Amino acid sequence: MEARTSIIEKRLSSINRIIAVASGKGGVGKSLVASTLALNLVKNGKKVGLLDLDLYGPSSHIILDIHDVFPKEDYGIIPPTMHGINFMSVVYFTEDKPAPFRGIDITNIIIELLAITQWGELDYLIIDLPPGIGEETLDIIRFIKKAEFLVISTPSKVALAAVDKLIKILQEMKLPTIGIIENMVHQPSSLIKKSMKQYNIRYLGQLLYDSTIENNLGFPNKLVKTNFAKELDNLMNSFLYQSP
Amino acid sequence: MHEWALAESVITTALKAAEKEQLDTITEIIIDIGELQQIEQELFSFAVNDIMKTYSPKLKNTKITVNIQHSTLRCKHCDSTWTFKDIEKNLNDDEAEAVHFLPEVAVVHSRCPKCNSPDFEIQAGRGVTIRSIKGTKK
Repeated sequence: MEARTSIIEKRLSSINRIIAVASGKGGVGKSLVASTLALNLVKNGKKVGLLDLDLYGPSSHIILDIHDVFPKEDYGIIPPTMHGINFMSVVYFTEDKPAPFRGIDITNIIIELLAITQWGELDYLIIDLPPGIGEETLDIIRFIKKAEFLVISTPSKVALAAVDKLIKILQEMKLPTIGIIENMVHQPSSLIKKSMKQYNIRYLGQLLYDSTIENNLGFPNKLVKTNFAKELDNLMNSFLYQSP
Repeated sequence: MHEWALAESVITTALKAAEKEQLDTITEIIIDIGELQQIEQELFSFAVNDIMKTYSPKLKNTKITVNIQHSTLRCKHCDSTWTFKDIEKNLNDDEAEAVHFLPEVAVVHSRCPKCNSPDFEIQAGRGVTIRSIKGTKK
C-alpha cells in the first residue's frame, strides 16, 4: 500500500484556493500567466504559493529570477519565499540539468513533493502545469480534489485543437474550471470565445501580445509593471476575487 | 527532517486502513522504504513513535518494523543492472541530498555505469509503502 498519498490532503488543508494553470498546448504562456498571477496576488496582499510542475522544462524560476536557494528541512520541506511567493520546483533538485524522467518517475516525484512540502497557510496556491493531459495533469486531478483549472490558449486554431481535448477531459470528469484566457492576441478574433460557448466554459478575456515581455523575464519588479501584468490583473478581478 | 513528513504519511495511511477494516487497535505496522529515499532510519523510527503518541489511542502498543528495500536500476539501452550504492560514490554532496529528497532525480545526476545512457529505470528501491498492518477488533 502506497504510504505517502494519504497525507496530501492534510498538507494542502490550510490553502484557501488551488488554481492549476493548464493548457492542451505548449508555448501558449502558461508559466508566464502562472508566475505573473502569483506576483499580482502578492501585490494585492495575498499569501501565495507557486508550484512549478513542468518537470521536463521548468521555467517559472527563470521568469521570477529564482536561483541559489534551496528548501529548508523542517517537518518536511519548506519552500523558499522569493518576491513574496512560496516557491517550489523540481529545479531545486535537478540543478536545471536535463531530466529524462519516465511516466512512473513523474508520478513518484509528484507524490513525494505533495507529501513532504509544508505550504502552511496560503490564500492561493498556483500550479504551473506542463502542456497536455499527461501524468502531471492526471495526478493533480487524482491527488488535489479542490484544484480549479484555469485554461490558457492562444487565438490559434492549432492551440484550440489541443485545448479542446483538455476541456473535454475536464468536463467529462466534472472538474471545476474557472474559465479560459486567450493569450498573445495580435488581432481581434472570436475563434476561442465562440468555441468555448459550446462547452459552457467562461471566456475570461484576452491578453494582448506584449512585445516588451521577453526583456522583462527574470525581472519580477519590472514584469508586474508591464501591460501584460496589468491586463491580467484586470482579468483577475473578474475571476479570482469571487468565491469558487 | 523530511523523515518526519514521511512518518506522518505512514501513520495517516495506517489509520485510514484500520478505519476501513474496523480495527480497534493496531498491533503491528510493517513498512518498506526504498534505499533511494536515503532516509535516516533512526530519525524515521523516532518520528513514527513520536507521532503515534499523539495521533490515536489505536496506536498505543503498536510494533513498528522498517525494512529498507535494496535498489535495482536497469538500463533501457544495454539492459545492464546496478544498485544505488554502485553510483552513490560518484555523486557530490548536493546531488546526494537531491536524491535524498526526490529519489527519481537519480536519473538526472547519474548515468548507466556500462554505456553511459541517461535512460534507465528504477526497478526497485524507491517509495514508502506499508507491507502489512495487524490489529484487533472488539
